This record gives sequence, C-alpha cells and structure tokens, in this order.
Amino acid sequence: MRVLAFLLLLPTLAFAQGFAGLGTATHEGFATPERGGTLTFPADHAAHPDYRIEWWYLTANMTGPDGASYGAQWTLFRSALAPGGADGWASPQIWMGHAALTTADRHVVAETFARGGIGQAGVTAQPFAAWIDDWQIAGPDLTEVTVRARGDGFAYTLDLATSAPFVAQGDGGYSVKSGAGQASYYYSQPFYDLTGMIKIDGVPTPVTGQAWLDREWSSQPLAETQDGWDWFSIHFESGEKLMAFRLRDNSDAPFHSGTWIEADGTPHPLDGDTLSFTELERAQTSGPQVPIRWRVQIAQRGLDITTRPLNPDAWMDTLFPYWEGPIHVEGSHDGIGYLEMTGYE
Amino acid sequence: MNRLILRTLLSHWRSRPFQIVTLLLGLTVATALWSGVQAINAEARASYAQAAATLGTDRFDSLQPRGAETFDQEAYIALRRAGWDVSPVVEGSFRLGGERYRVLGIDPVTAPSSLPARPDLQGADLTDFLGPTGLILISASTTLPRDADLPPVRVVEGIAPGTLVMDIGLAQTLLTMPGQLSRLILLPGAQGTPPIAEASGVVFDRIAPRGDGGGIGALTDSFHLNLTAFGFLAFAVGLFIVYSSIGLAFEQRKPMLRTLRALGVPLRRLMLVMVAELTALALLAGIAGVALGYLIAASLLPDVAATLEGLYGAQVSGSLSLRPAWWATGLLIAMGGAALAAGDTLWRTARMPLLSAAMPEAWHGAQARAQFWQGIAALGCFALALVLSFTASSLTAGFVLMGALLIGAALALPVVLATILRIGAARARGPLSQWGWADARQQMSRLSLALMALLLALSANIGVGTMVMSFRDTFTGWLDQRLVAEVYVTASDAEQGRAIHAWATGRVDAVLPIWSAEARLGAVPISIYGVAQHPTYSEHWPLIEALPGAWQSVARGDGALINEQMAARRDLSPGDTLILPTPDGTDWPLTITAIYSDYGNPVDQVMVDVGLLATRYPDIERLRFALRTADAPQVIEEARARFGLSSEQVVDQAAIKALSLAIFERTFTVTGALNILTLAVAALALLTAMLTLQLMRLPSLAPLWAMGLTRAALARAELVKVLALALLTAILSIPIGLGVAWVLTNVINVTAFGWRLPMNLYPMDWLRLIGLALLTAAVAAGLPVLRLARTAPRTLLGVFASER
Repeated sequence: MRVLAFLLLLPTLAFAQGFAGLGTATHEGFATPERGGTLTFPADHAAHPDYRIEWWYLTANMTGPDGASYGAQWTLFRSALAPGGADGWASPQIWMGHAALTTADRHVVAETFARGGIGQAGVTAQPFAAWIDDWQIAGPDLTEVTVRARGDGFAYTLDLATSAPFVAQGDGGYSVKSGAGQASYYYSQPFYDLTGMIKIDGVPTPVTGQAWLDREWSSQPLAETQDGWDWFSIHFESGEKLMAFRLRDNSDAPFHSGTWIEADGTPHPLDGDTLSFTELERAQTSGPQVPIRWRVQIAQRGLDITTRPLNPDAWMDTLFPYWEGPIHVEGSHDGIGYLEMTGYE
Repeated sequence: MNRLILRTLLSHWRSRPFQIVTLLLGLTVATALWSGVQAINAEARASYAQAAATLGTDRFDSLQPRGAETFDQEAYIALRRAGWDVSPVVEGSFRLGGERYRVLGIDPVTAPSSLPARPDLQGADLTDFLGPTGLILISASTTLPRDADLPPVRVVEGIAPGTLVMDIGLAQTLLTMPGQLSRLILLPGAQGTPPIAEASGVVFDRIAPRGDGGGIGALTDSFHLNLTAFGFLAFAVGLFIVYSSIGLAFEQRKPMLRTLRALGVPLRRLMLVMVAELTALALLAGIAGVALGYLIAASLLPDVAATLEGLYGAQVSGSLSLRPAWWATGLLIAMGGAALAAGDTLWRTARMPLLSAAMPEAWHGAQARAQFWQGIAALGCFALALVLSFTASSLTAGFVLMGALLIGAALALPVVLATILRIGAARARGPLSQWGWADARQQMSRLSLALMALLLALSANIGVGTMVMSFRDTFTGWLDQRLVAEVYVTASDAEQGRAIHAWATGRVDAVLPIWSAEARLGAVPISIYGVAQHPTYSEHWPLIEALPGAWQSVARGDGALINEQMAARRDLSPGDTLILPTPDGTDWPLTITAIYSDYGNPVDQVMVDVGLLATRYPDIERLRFALRTADAPQVIEEARARFGLSSEQVVDQAAIKALSLAIFERTFTVTGALNILTLAVAALALLTAMLTLQLMRLPSLAPLWAMGLTRAALARAELVKVLALALLTAILSIPIGLGVAWVLTNVINVTAFGWRLPMNLYPMDWLRLIGLALLTAAVAAGLPVLRLARTAPRTLLGVFASER
C-alpha cells in the first residue's frame, strides 16, 4: 500500500485531513470504490480519472556482482483537483514522480511534477507505458517492462519480467483501510524478476533481483483521524510474499491488515487481529526519528520475523516527506523486502 | 561655552531672517529637484527589475524561438520527455477598456519556486488557478476596469505593474494562441540527452539572465541619464544660491567673528560650532527638500511612465514609493552641497587675520584677482570641452563635455561682463550714466553668482529648446518621407490577412506588406523588415549613405538596408557583409547597400526583400499592409465593411502621423517642465541676491539721494541696471546655448541612440528667451526696487550717522 504517495499528490493540503490529506472527505463527483467489482486487465493498468488519487508504485530489491545489496523505487502518482476529464491545460490531473536508489551507505532521491492533459505525463494500457518527463515504465504489456529514471547523480534502467498472475489485494481488489470503511481498489504484481543497470555518481553497476509493483486508486483512502502508516512488502526465500500494514490513528486503535501471497500467486487476506507489529529500535534519520527495526508476527501462519534496514537513513526528502527503503528479514522466515513509514515528524 | 557661541552665531540670523530663509530655500529647492529626479529614476529602475523578476529573466536562462514569436507546445513536451528541465511561459499584451496590459501565463507545477510570479498558492487557491474558471494575479498598483469579463482577480506581492499573471491555458485563450508558447525558462542545471534543437525540432536562442527585464534597462538608460543630468543642473544652480547666502553671511558676520576670537574663543571651537550650525541647517533643508522632491516626482511620474511605455514599451509603476536609494542620497547630497558651498567660507574664517580692519572696500583688488583666476579656470574648461568635442564617444563623456562647456561659460561670465562694463564706463557721458556704469561694476561681484545661475538656466533652455525644435522639424519631415502610403491595414488573423491581400490586390494601386521578424545578432535584438519592390520605397525612403543600385540589390535578394542606429552601434557601412540567423539554423548572408535614418527607434533594424523574408522566416505574422491608393476614404470604408475591421485596424496616413507626433510631444513634456523649474530657480537666485544686496547698497545710494536724486529715480536706475545686466547675460547665453544644442544633437544623441540630428537655428526662440530673461530679472528686481523707492529718508540719513 503506497497511500503516502497519493497523499503527496494532493495539493489541497490547506484543509487536508489524515496524513497528507488522504483522509479528506471526498470531493463531490469523485467515484468511490465498491465491494464486489472485478479487476480487468489490461484495462485496469491504465488511469482511472473518476477517482481522486492513484499510483503506480514499484520497489526493487537487487544485488550487484559483488553481493552488495541495492534498493530502487519508481513511483508515479496521479491526483485529480476535480472530477471529470478535460484535455490540454484545463485537465484537472496533476502527476508526480518519485525515484530513489538505496545502497548501504547512500540514499538518493529525485522528485518531479507534471500537468496532466498535455502529454508530459500519463499512462496507457496497451502497449503499456507510464511516464513523467523522461522517466518511464514501458513494455508491450505490464508483464514485461523496462523501468527508467534519472536524478541528481543517479540513474537506472531495469528490465522486469514475470509470468505470474496479478494479485488482487483485500476482497477481490477491494482493500479496506479503516474501521469506518474507507477503502481503495488495490492489486499487486510481486513476482517480477529483474536485471538491469544502476549508476550512482557516474559509476555503473549491473544488478539482478526482484521487484514488486503496487497499483492502487481511490478517492478517500483514509479516515480523518489516521495520521500515518507502516507498510511492509516482503519476498520470502520460500517464494511466498507478504504485504502487511499498520495504519496509526490518533484517536483510536491502529488498523492492521495484510495479505499472505502463496508462491503461485494465490492471495490469502489476513485478519487484523492476527497481525502484530512491534517497534524494536528507533533511530535519527536526516529527517525525524523513525522506528527502523521491527518485529512482525502473524500467529496463524507461525510467522515471527525481525526486519532491519539496508540503510537506516532512507528518508525521502520530497514535498511530502516519508521513509522508504529496502529491508532484510530474518527469524522464522528469511527474506528481503521494502518498508515504508509515513506520518513521523 | 559652546552654547554661548552658538547663540551668538544664531543671533545673526535672527536679525537678518531673510538670509537664513534664502539659504534654506536654496538648499531645499536644489535638493528637491535632485531627489525628485532620482525618485523617478529609482522607481523606473525598480519597475524594470521587478519586471525581470516576474518574468524570471533576471535569474534564469530563457529559450526563445529563433525568427518566430511563438512555437508549438509539443516542442515543450518533447523537451521534457528528453529530460530537459524547462518550464513554459506565454507572454503577450492584451487590451482591456482602452488600457494595455501585459499577460504572463505560467505553469506553477514546473515553474521554479523562486519565480515571484509563481503563486505561493495552497489548497483552494491552486485549484482555482488551475481550474476551469482560473485566477488572475496582479500587483497592488494595477487597476482593472470594473465590469471586465475576466476570471476572479487576486492581489499579490512581487508582480510587476500592469502585468496579469495566470495559468498558461487561460493565457493561451486570452491571447488567442491555442497550443502555442512564447518561450521556455531553463531551470538551473537543466541537462537532457539529445541537444535542444534535436529533441524539440525547434531552433531556440538561449538568452542569459539579465537584471533589467530583457534589455529594457539598457534601452532606457539614456532617458534616465538625461533626467539625472537635469537634476544635476538644477542642484548646481541651487547651490549657487546657497553659496551666495553663506558668502554674504560671512561678510556680515566677519566683525562678530573677529570679536569672538578677540574675546578668547579658540579657533577650533568656533569652527566646530560653525560646522555644527551648518550641518543642522543642511539637515533641515535636506529633509524639506526630500519631501518637496517627493511631491515633484509624484506629479511628474505618470507622464514619465507614459513616455517610457510609448517609447520603449516599458512598464513603470505610476505610483511613487519611498526608497532609501533616493531620500537617503538626497539628504547626503544636501549636506554635501552645503559643505561644498560653505567650504570656501569656512576656510576663509579659519584664515581670517584677527586684528586687521574690516575693510569691505577691499573688494576691488580682491575682485580683480578673483576674476583673473576665474578666467584661467574658464579657459581650462573650454579647452577640455574643445578636446572632448572631438573625442567624446560615450554618453558620460558627452555629459562631461556639456558640463565643461557650461561651467566654463559660468566662470567666464563675470570676466566678460566686467570687461564689457569697463568699456562701457570708459565711453559713458554724463554723471548719472558714469555713475551707473561704475555702480554696475561694483554690483557685479555680488550679482555674479546669480547671473551665472541665470546664464546656466538660459543656456540650458536654448540648448534643449533648439534640440527639441530641430528634432520636431526633422521628425515631421521624416514622417512625411516614411509614411507615404495612404491606408494602413492590420488583419485579425492570418486567414483574414490573406483575404485582405487578395481583395486589395485588385482594388488599389499597390499593396505593400509590412511584415517583420525579430531575431538576435550577437546577443542584441534586431528587427528584420520586409520591403516590397515598389517606387514608394526607392523614391521616398530617407537614405543617408547608399551604394549605387542599392534598391535593386535588395530586390535581387543579396542586399539589405540597415538603420543608422545599427550602423553606429556595430560600426557597419555600405559594402560590409551582414549574416542574419534564420529559424532553420542556416545563415543568410547579405551585403549592406545603404543606411537609412530611423529617428526615435531604439532597436537595430534591417530591411530585406519581403518575399525572401517570408520564405526564410515562415512563421512571421502576415497581418499588416500599406495600401497605395488615390481614393483613401473609400478604400477604408470598404475594408471596414467587408472584413469587419475596427477603426484601429484600418487607419489613414493622417491618423498615424498625428499619433506619432502626439507620442513625440509627450516625450518632451517632462523636459519642458524641468526647464521651467530650472529657470525658476535661477530667478530665485537673482531675487535673493538682490534682496541681500539691498542693505549693503545703502551706503552707495545714500549720497546720491543726498545730492538730490529722488528715490523714484534711484529705483528706476536700479531697475535699468539689473535689466541691462540680465540682457547682457541673455545675449551671452545664446552662443553657449547653441553650443549645448550642438553637443546634444551631435554627441549625446549619437552616443545614446545612434542617430544624428541635424541642428536648425530658431532666432525667434532666442528673442523669446531674451524677453523671458528680462521678465525674470524684472520680477526678481521688482521687490527690491520697490523697497528702495519706499525707503524712509530716515534710513538713508542713518547711513551718514552710523559708523560705517
């Protein structure tokens, strides 16, 4: 779940509620996700302008020839100022891109913005292309794509391929975010195999690894009192995947949710009661202090793992700042993954 | 003890309040004119800087399409997708309710955050700005008509006056340029993979940042320098008043000072108190002067703003704001001026021998010595002026030349007048006339400063007046040469342009397109005009220098004409080669075959064949035409009816000429106003000199009264003497004024604008000015003469009774 990204897209922050305005009550005219719909591909890979917020969120865990670990992030956010479509400069869509590369001792970030409707940013389903300025994810379809991004002192080109099915999160793609019922449409593709080239400060490094794409869209994904979350996506060595998050609330108990994904792509939604998150250690980043080591337990699966970050200072110094970086997982199961933490000040 | 000394010194002013009034008045008026001019200049420069900041041209590189005003926004998208960090801008001007506004369309999402025009909008504001209704941002000083059919308006800081900032889409709609952009802002560090021209398919010129709004500062420099020069002149004239007042005060305080010294006051302390007294007076006058200057500037600023807009298209705020740049320097210059005027006196006070007698009659010998040195100084100034008249090549040198000429003339005046008076005295017959001449010679030393001020003001008047009148005559004649066609048409869009062209070709004698392209040669903008092959041009166009077959060469396509400014600025002459840049990147070599005069145009201009221009610069606007016809009113009627053109779009020759002349006149209203103010200051100098002189004149006049001359006769004689001196000064000011006019037309104008003005002579104007001088003198002398005529006999008798 990359709600954080959505929030960042919202310019309507003046009267925003919830973290980064994601909890702001829906503007009249926007569509609301409903239970019981089905996701159709490739149509749903493209944008849904009737919904206020949407993103294409890619994270990649990679290793270099010498065994060093790397992490990459590529995100495209869409935010609508008003419902309805219009072309040209009158389009109400604003696009935002985040790209990052993380090594054990470096974390570099880039951010860019674009107006919708003029061709500077956008998404097409067939052939698949999601782009903003010269960043893009493109390929014949979303199962085989090339990811490109470039920032101050870094760049990467990654080739992703998968033959696994897309995984619907929540209830057939209807993912609930709070006790009050705010929800979004949410599906993932966690089974990408990756080869590519990254460049930091002009030094190129070939990499291989795994990647996880999240797709989500909604109009009011959070409740007004929810002020941040901690979200985990993990590739276990056994081939299974885990998506789990904790939504923190300033007036209520936190909301837990997750999905256990089997190696063949079958999703099993997790009951919030069975998930437990424990902060083990906090550290000072170049932003605020955040919990960098966690313990995640899922009783019914016999999961008891601890996570530690590849680079504790994975602070995204963007317009709406947050923490996002690759993690290493050990305990009852071993693996690698990504952690995103928002709402810490 | 200081208080005692101060009280003693101040008591002098108390008994002669008139002197302190003139001192303060002189300094105040001088400071007022100086700071008024500086205030206008500072406001204008601040407006240019603000315009540059609003547009971002002061900090960021710009990309402008070569040879075209606009380009397709697809080029912008292509550049961004190639990784170039650019932000689009739409610029244009928009007429609303008779006023012209500058429209600036930006994209707040990609615009650099340090751009003042980029709205610091949050939440609902940003939504409104980008939304379907739109939002227009203006500065506090911009006014829009009430019932205008515009989106909602918001006032913010940091936007230039007269500019409307809005979203790009809205700007495109308002300026009817759908899908087009004017230029791109290149963000710092922008670097994409293919080069810009390759990535976008458009050839751009990369313009480096400059802090003066795209060269407006450079263009208007000469205008502002002109104003500054006037300010200096006024200040100098005002300082004369101060100098004479202080000098007079010293003369009269000499006994008091000597007494103080003799009583034991140490020199240092005395000097300190005098300096403190002077500083306090200067500060007082400075503050009053700055306040008065503010009023003057505030009343002149709207006219200046209109002039600058008409001449250069520069937008200047019509309201004045207090800036330390001018009020602080105004105070400083008041203090500095007072120090300068009093320096001589203070030095003399320090060197004053304690015990020698007062000896006011020692003036004669002193005067002769002083005149000798003045004469030497005057010769020095004239020599400098002579040298500079041949070598002056910059604007500053030109003004130094004019300054040297005027100062030399001022210094030489007393010497010349004294010589004339001496000759006159030798030829005088009859006791009264003999006395008159001799008395005039004595009065000279007192009046010389005031007469110098009068000379300066009159010379400036003649000089500037001659220049303006020559300019007007030349301009009118030049307009007649350039505006030969009878009807001028501007189409609303390209299609209508084609339709008009087609219709007119059969209807009138000749259709002459007025098409042009903007380009840059070096880093300096030029305009390239297209000329049709028609005798209208070859017969009438005012050429200064031409090779044989100049026009044929242009028609053939290998020749070009350039205007005088371009020839002067780039040191070109007929026969040289010119290489013009074109939008597709190729060069266009041309031979310069002639130079033509182009008064009032600050921009370099090239004329080429219009057909070739349209081929090489395919994106130029083809909207304007000149029509030759014998039947102008009929053609105008038909054009209006057939194409629905407004009265602004179809004009006849007379209307255009009237408009041009109106702009011309407006330009010089400011000069006229300053001229009058300077003359008024000179009159004030004369008046104060005479009034202060009065008291000292009594010992000279009393004996005559005692010998039987009536007071009325005395008064008449005084009047005649002053008028005679003023007349002599006025006559002497004519050659000096012509010299100033020569400097203005042949040196200043050439270095400032690049074109030479022919200088004509206007003897009627000289007579007018002599009359004005006599009138000034009569007004100045009126009060003193009247007082003399009414002096009580008791006062005159008292002269014999008093010690002196």
